[in-house]
Amino acid sequence: MKKKLFQSTMVFSLALLLSGCDLVLFDSSGVTGKQIGDTILLTMGLMLIVVIPTILMSIWIPYKYHTSKKDESYDPEWEHSSKIEFFAWGVPVVIIVVLATITYITSYSLDPRKELVSDKKPMTIQVVAMDWKWLFLFPEEKIAVVNEVSFPVDTPVEFLVTSQSTMNSFYIPKLGGQIYAMAGMENRMNLMAHEEGEFRGISSNYSGFGFSGMRFKAKVTSEEGFEEWKAGVRASGQVLTDAEYDRLTEKTRDHEVEYFSSINPLQFKNIIESFTGAQNGSN
Amino acid sequence: MVQTDLIKDPHVLTGKLHWGVIPFHDPVVAPVMFAAIFGGLLLVAFVTYKKMWGYLWNEWFTSVDHKKIGIMYCIAALVMLVRGFSDAILMRTHQALSLSDEFGEGFLPPEHYDQIFTAHGVIMIFFVATPLMVGIMNVVMPLQIGARDVAFPFLNSLSFYLFLVGVLLINLSLFVGEFAATGWLAYTPLSGIEFSPGVGVDYWIWALQISGIGTTLTAVNFVATILKMRAPGMTMWKMPVFTWTTFCANIIALVIFPILTVAIAQLTLDRYFDFNFFTNDDGGNQMMWVNLVWAWGHPEVYFLVLPAFGMISEVTATFSRKRLFGYVSLVWATIAITILSFLVWLHHFFTMGSGASVNAFFGIMTMIIGIPTGVKLYNWIFTMYKGRVELSASMWWVIAMLVTFTVGGMTGVMLSIPANDFVLHNSMFVPAHFHNVLIGGAVYGFFAGFTYWFPKATGAKLNETLGKWSVALWFFGYFFAWVPLYYTGFDGMTRRLQYIDNPEWQLPMYVALIGVAMLAAGIAAQIANIVITIYKRNEPGYKDVTGDPWDGHTLEWYTTSPPQFYNFGDVPYINDRDPLLDMKQKGTAYKRPEKYERIHMPKNSWAGPVIGLLTLPLGFGFVWHIWWMVYVSVAAIFAAWVKLNFERDKDYYVEVPEVEEIEGQFLKSNEGRHYYFEQHAKHYKKWKPSDQK
Amino acid sequence: MTALTNDHDLHDHDDHHHHEAEAADRYMFGFWLYIISDCLLFATLFATYAVMGQNFNNEITPYELFDLGFVAVETALLLLSSFTFGMAMLGANAENMAKMKFWLIVTALLGLSFLGMEIYEFVHFSHEGATPQTSGYWTSFYSLVATHGLHVTAGLIWMFFLFIHFNRDGFTNANKIRLACLSLFWHFLDIIWICVFSFVYLRGAM
Repeated sequence: MKKKLFQSTMVFSLALLLSGCDLVLFDSSGVTGKQIGDTILLTMGLMLIVVIPTILMSIWIPYKYHTSKKDESYDPEWEHSSKIEFFAWGVPVVIIVVLATITYITSYSLDPRKELVSDKKPMTIQVVAMDWKWLFLFPEEKIAVVNEVSFPVDTPVEFLVTSQSTMNSFYIPKLGGQIYAMAGMENRMNLMAHEEGEFRGISSNYSGFGFSGMRFKAKVTSEEGFEEWKAGVRASGQVLTDAEYDRLTEKTRDHEVEYFSSINPLQFKNIIESFTGAQNGSN
Repeated sequence: MVQTDLIKDPHVLTGKLHWGVIPFHDPVVAPVMFAAIFGGLLLVAFVTYKKMWGYLWNEWFTSVDHKKIGIMYCIAALVMLVRGFSDAILMRTHQALSLSDEFGEGFLPPEHYDQIFTAHGVIMIFFVATPLMVGIMNVVMPLQIGARDVAFPFLNSLSFYLFLVGVLLINLSLFVGEFAATGWLAYTPLSGIEFSPGVGVDYWIWALQISGIGTTLTAVNFVATILKMRAPGMTMWKMPVFTWTTFCANIIALVIFPILTVAIAQLTLDRYFDFNFFTNDDGGNQMMWVNLVWAWGHPEVYFLVLPAFGMISEVTATFSRKRLFGYVSLVWATIAITILSFLVWLHHFFTMGSGASVNAFFGIMTMIIGIPTGVKLYNWIFTMYKGRVELSASMWWVIAMLVTFTVGGMTGVMLSIPANDFVLHNSMFVPAHFHNVLIGGAVYGFFAGFTYWFPKATGAKLNETLGKWSVALWFFGYFFAWVPLYYTGFDGMTRRLQYIDNPEWQLPMYVALIGVAMLAAGIAAQIANIVITIYKRNEPGYKDVTGDPWDGHTLEWYTTSPPQFYNFGDVPYINDRDPLLDMKQKGTAYKRPEKYERIHMPKNSWAGPVIGLLTLPLGFGFVWHIWWMVYVSVAAIFAAWVKLNFERDKDYYVEVPEVEEIEGQFLKSNEGRHYYFEQHAKHYKKWKPSDQK
Repeated sequence: MTALTNDHDLHDHDDHHHHEAEAADRYMFGFWLYIISDCLLFATLFATYAVMGQNFNNEITPYELFDLGFVAVETALLLLSSFTFGMAMLGANAENMAKMKFWLIVTALLGLSFLGMEIYEFVHFSHEGATPQTSGYWTSFYSLVATHGLHVTAGLIWMFFLFIHFNRDGFTNANKIRLACLSLFWHFLDIIWICVFSFVYLRGAM
């Protein structure tokens, strides 16, 4: 047993070292995700330049000046050195100035609200967080899907995000950022995939007992694949009536995928306006 | 698991309470409950049998002595550490077994698991880290500044009992009803009455509200103590660094705890009286809650970590046998962190959609805190430089802290970059980061201080071997437990998952479990250490005869261990940042003063425990909607307050002969040391502590 | 205590008097710190009010309800009570019990009238359909104004007990400290009310 534990630990540490690039955040299939992954590695690398020497110093200095070494430079009254103080402040200042510059640039360039550039026509998908499932509304196609979303590769997608109940966070780790879903409010996030595939989508903000099962599949397909998928949704023949929507607002866990071939085009607006919270106060 | 959300019409006498809310049939909780009841009865029987109630009441419960209150804080903190850590073990075990295909989603349903991670967070922050720190502050800070007690000794006792009521309420929630299942900061609207109709959030509210008021009072008390009660000659720039960090931390608490008080009161009004602060509907604003709790919550982190920095500073200087390097820098760094801590709260929710400019501002403010923090690290390292570093157990904690905290600082700066945060937010990376700084920064610092000042508080030194074992187990345990979670964070695993569905995360979860086992062993070693030390307190090697076991620099070592109830027979005039070192160098240490003066001391007070503990039925009545209990408690608290207010006999004088007798014994036991310092005064620079033993 | 005061100039003073002066200093300072934390408490409530200031939930708005004349009288009462408390303090400084008590009673009556008007206003608003449950705006309005009202109530209760203290012990050091703290508290509430008047009523009525 012990041996097995030891082996798995070793395997894990090796995996950690070798498979860094397999990790979802560093192997992004999204345009912003790729840049964010690079930013993480860049900032970590920059800090390691300072962090590694600091760690080594905090081990080496007590070793070198250990009382048993009887180091002759012992100077109990030595408590100040302008030179060292200069570096003690200077080194952190320099590294923080560099990182702050990166922060400033990336806060704007990787802002999820920023529209992404592509020669393809952008599309809009409306997202509603519910207890505990995701409802996706396609206003242009007039279709709706629960716990599954699909869009073509290399197409900028604008997600408009709100919530029917508690606060959630809409997140497809393999593609890029996340944004909070809050009732009565509309949040915006732009994503664009540069690879086809089926990715995990999650809620990333704890929202109650069914939170762990609040997942969806994000299918990034070719243009043709997307048409096919839409045809599949339309074939369901289900209409997202008010009664159907009320059924969805009930608390459910690990909800199955559901297709709706027809929706009210104003559904999303109506959901937001059904709450007279912060955003609608002045009406 | 018990669920209380279905109870609609509270009964006049029993409110929402009924037999069904006690989890007799829960396989996890019921045994714990019976063990707790049995253990409690056993303890009561033992105390009664030994006829110790009078002693406990007179010497401890009603004591307004800051040292005793501090020790009681530490005991409560260690008990709650075991409780909070049990939650951690349950969480890690559960998540390791929760790969849905293989094990059928672990052994805890979400209704239970979600309470555990909420309780773990609340307990560890409010009822472990805070009291451990406040306890050490209580014992040490007045001694360091040469005060006889804190500015308001009765308030200090009251603060302790308010904190204790918080502890009692959160433990009651385990056995009567349920605790919040909302995450430790109870985000609205989830914590509102619509989505959490049970009593769990109410327990959260009252436990935090009552203990939070205690913390505010402590802050008032400590700030007044430090500003008004320092020994003559001790200017602000001669205060020890621990006192400085205590000062800054309590300034933070004084500013932020009213925010928490208001936020919780608003949630209370929402839940009990249908107000609309944080509701989805009727013009409520859920984002305001998030802003308010983090406006409290982020400075709170610095409230916890600054005193730990202070402890690290004291320990490093003493065991490097040197003065602290860059005192002025360290103090300015502390002040800078204090101010900056108020300007960064938004970094907890970059993903709320505030826009690039706001995010950039708060991101940069956050990383600027890295500068003073980095300065502190370098100052500690250069304190050891050109020193004679003695690697005692407390020094092991310091080195463990330097290494671990540096890593945590790095991951913190990574998170402070909004772009990074958009993918790392709420992932496993976040808990891995804040455990890295809270364990690696605050907890290691507290344990360094705890080991360092243990002989001062109790009169016996902790066992060094066991101490070092627990450092090693904590150090490696931490990395085993949390590096895998950093890893899964990079792999897009979100936090607070009751089950996982990705097989790739299972191995990391197993490794983390090994880490938790090591941490458990580390805690066991510490508890064993405390028990063994108390048992052997009078044996050589444990007993501290001189009051100065580590050859200290600051004033707290210039009295007996444990100190007399009045702390110092005669408070010396302070000429130096390291007053005791100064006296040793001048040869004036342990010299009999020309004459003693009578000492003015506060009397014990019944009112602390009575008024404090009366808030327990108050909170309990509110939680269960038992209104008569609320009214009776309020009336009783008011009556007790009035009685206290009209009491005259609150203080007394210790007369000179008594002082002379007690101090005579102390000076006699240090006679040898006095002559030693007198003779070696001029050569103290070359004096090596090891020669003296 | 004298060991704490090795300062050479204080050495000759009477032990006891010095302790009293030190205690007065310490208590006043502690009370100032409490006032700071109370300031933060009100600051949070004001911030909440600012955030929710327009969340009317399509219900009744303050523009329809606020009566500036009424609030002006309320304000005048409280400001006047601050002045009369000042008079009471003058009486106390002169150790003139009758003068102090007279002005303290006047202060308490003014405070009570203020409270009465506030309660009347709340009842009136509720009848017009503006309860704390009506909308985010009214939630924040009532919690802010009523928190101030509760502070005034606490001040009045304190005043009542202070009366008993003075009757029992006269101008002792402890009683003087109590009076000075209450005075500080009362003026503080006045300042808070001026903020309430400006940010809530003036803004809401215009």
